[in-house]
Amino acid sequence: MAFVTPSSTAEKYDVIVVGSGAAGGQAAYTLTMDGAKVLMLEAGRNYDPVSETPMFQTPDQAPLRGVATPDKPYGYFDATVGGGWTVPGEPYTNQSQDESRQFSWWRSRMLGGRTNHWARHALRNGPYDFKPRSRDGLGFDWPISYEDVAPYYDKVEMLIGVYGQNDGLENTPDSPEGCLLPPPKARIGELLARQRARKLGIPIVPIRRAVLTRPLDHARIPARLHPGNAKAQRILAEDMRNRAACFWATNCGRGCSIRANYQSTTVHLPPALATGNLDILTDAMVREVTVDASGKATGVAYIDKKTGVGHSVLGRVVVLAASACETVRLLLNSKSNRHPNGIGNSSGLVGKYILDTVGASWGGQIPLLESLPPHNEDGAGGLHVYAPWWLYKEQLAGKLGFARGYHVEFGGGRGMPGGGAPYTPDTGGRTSFGPGMKEEARRYYGSHMFFSGRGEMIPNEDSYCDLDPKVVDKWGIPVLRFAWKWSEHETRQAAHMQKTFADWVEAMGGVNKAKPEADGSKAIQAGGKVIHEVGGTIMGADARSSVTNSWSQTWDARNVFVADGGVFASNADKNPTLTIMALAWRAADRVLDEMRRGNV
Amino acid sequence: MSDPLRGGGPPARIDRRLAIKWILAAGAGALLVDPLSLTAAGPAAVPGTGYGTDPAMTRPNRPGDCWPLTLSEAERRDVAALCDVILPADDRSPSASQVGVPDFIDEWISAPYPSQAKDRKAITEGLDWLRGASRARFGAAFADATAAERLALCEEIAHEAPTGSELEVASRFFRRFRNLTSAGFYTTPVGMKDLGYVGNVPLATFDGPPADLVAKLGLTGEVGW
Repeated sequence: MAFVTPSSTAEKYDVIVVGSGAAGGQAAYTLTMDGAKVLMLEAGRNYDPVSETPMFQTPDQAPLRGVATPDKPYGYFDATVGGGWTVPGEPYTNQSQDESRQFSWWRSRMLGGRTNHWARHALRNGPYDFKPRSRDGLGFDWPISYEDVAPYYDKVEMLIGVYGQNDGLENTPDSPEGCLLPPPKARIGELLARQRARKLGIPIVPIRRAVLTRPLDHARIPARLHPGNAKAQRILAEDMRNRAACFWATNCGRGCSIRANYQSTTVHLPPALATGNLDILTDAMVREVTVDASGKATGVAYIDKKTGVGHSVLGRVVVLAASACETVRLLLNSKSNRHPNGIGNSSGLVGKYILDTVGASWGGQIPLLESLPPHNEDGAGGLHVYAPWWLYKEQLAGKLGFARGYHVEFGGGRGMPGGGAPYTPDTGGRTSFGPGMKEEARRYYGSHMFFSGRGEMIPNEDSYCDLDPKVVDKWGIPVLRFAWKWSEHETRQAAHMQKTFADWVEAMGGVNKAKPEADGSKAIQAGGKVIHEVGGTIMGADARSSVTNSWSQTWDARNVFVADGGVFASNADKNPTLTIMALAWRAADRVLDEMRRGNV
Repeated sequence: MSDPLRGGGPPARIDRRLAIKWILAAGAGALLVDPLSLTAAGPAAVPGTGYGTDPAMTRPNRPGDCWPLTLSEAERRDVAALCDVILPADDRSPSASQVGVPDFIDEWISAPYPSQAKDRKAITEGLDWLRGASRARFGAAFADATAAERLALCEEIAHEAPTGSELEVASRFFRRFRNLTSAGFYTTPVGMKDLGYVGNVPLATFDGPPADLVAKLGLTGEVGW
């Protein structure tokens, strides 16, 4: 078993997994390691990170020095191919013409999905994050608690490799012994930011990222992850030996040909393929989940993008891991007599409560970091430290004017020059040039810092997606139509971010590049732009108020599961990917259990 | 193949292979350009589809590989001269034109993307102004003026001009052109070295900043892990 074509798929699979990213990769890994026969369908092309990743290429080897274009919105060397804010032939629409009421949808049509692109930030949700309504009366509680998910966080961290440190901070869980890899040393600007943040009460600790700062413990971890399963242990040990530790160069956003960071194609799929239990079909655009007369899923119908021809394939169980909103689209398009409004939609809630992360950014120039001696700051190809949310008590006491928190991602320094603005300050309205400009560039390079707030959005009735009644994609499949609205909880939070960052830059003796926005609606990034799309098929305690049960299993069809971020009933400030993987592993365990019991 | 935008002879530096590839890619490209856009609204975006969402990222690109370069020879000479006024050679690094920045600027303003199309208008208008001003004052193209003359003209437009003044367009052009020159220069290995960027090499360990630097900035107590 391996990569297949529409004519070489098996007649029937135990499980069909739609999507190959964090959720699909984890689900396929867990299922195949335990012996299930799985077909994975991916709407994009096959992609080989070992041969296709531009590792040491410099910007002058790219068109336009690698800057962002509509074709490559995160720059030429960003690993995303065949994706972006728009995908040719695959439109989506917005209900409102008002830009502040629109949602931008990032899609990644390639094997590995959005795991090719992400920052590798791997933060755990904390206990508060699963019970937010109990804490402040807003949004929804999840039907599960931190204790339910914690063992899966442990397992995912050991499997993918996460660096970080236990700091014992509020709602920022520690990991058990043996889960984390050592964090990299802080860079000089990070040390300065840490020292000066203390005056503001902001704690700076190592961030957690899915990057190997040392080789994984292949002698010990496989037995912990797969007790009693000798074959799985052998396969995983072998695969872990083939992942190199970080060599402290190149940005993770390009992907990693030495497999030092996590992406689905370098971590989840190789061992899953090695089991012999996984078939992967790329360029397969799934249009609907097929059902029998009783309403039970029988498999999926898909379009082979290479030929435009429709096919279907059978499975005992269907696991949707297509990204939160694409999964919504699939469920809504799966209409039948038993599911007249789409599978999972007897509650009318499929597509409701979609969420992104609150984002606001900031920049400052720090004179103390000028003219430093050259030294290598590439590090782990991303952040080394961050500030977890620190105002839980003030917030609960109602002192902040917004209900949920944010963390701060920040950095700067002596990274690879990227074709952005010049380093010179252009004082007195004069455009600097000539021999003095080279001197200025040497002085100012490395002295700029950026700050990005990443905050929690509360689900609301005005942020949702449904099927556009008029528009279809190039294969005739109805497309999604979005509606979006930030509440004051989010906009005030964005204003708080900018004010905090400006104070922080001042505390570092730095120069702010602008004045913070008092009106948070001007500071906040547009909906969808942080690409932390979750919700839309939220899990809950009963079939009336949610789409899936606590096992990510749809209430309406027992053999249809949602493994992606769609099941999130809230979107903590923590980046969602680690939680997506933990829940996907948990859902896959449930699938195996249901199959063993003959329930599906 | 005549250049639909510049109206002159064949575009600079397009080899036959590329020209054929481009004709095939653009179809009846020349016919798609609205002739009015060349006058009233300035030059339009170059027709074409860019490099697409799935380019071969590991294959090195040279300006002209993805779309044809469109500056005339005379314009390219002025561009090179202006680049070198902005970033001249010194004892640590060569000048901007010596590391290929004019090719980059030509690639930039010739690109079929909206943001580059905006720059195309600003840059070509600015180059027209530069040529006219240089001829009027020095009786020579900018590239053929003396170093002192070139410097004097740049100094004049380096200052922010009041809105509506005669020099407004020229000063805006100069700021934009300077930014492109800087971006082009400091993204080459030579420019990176000049800045003191010493990364992009594999290391066995990452040891953090030098201890004496940490001490000098009073940060020794912050090194917690």
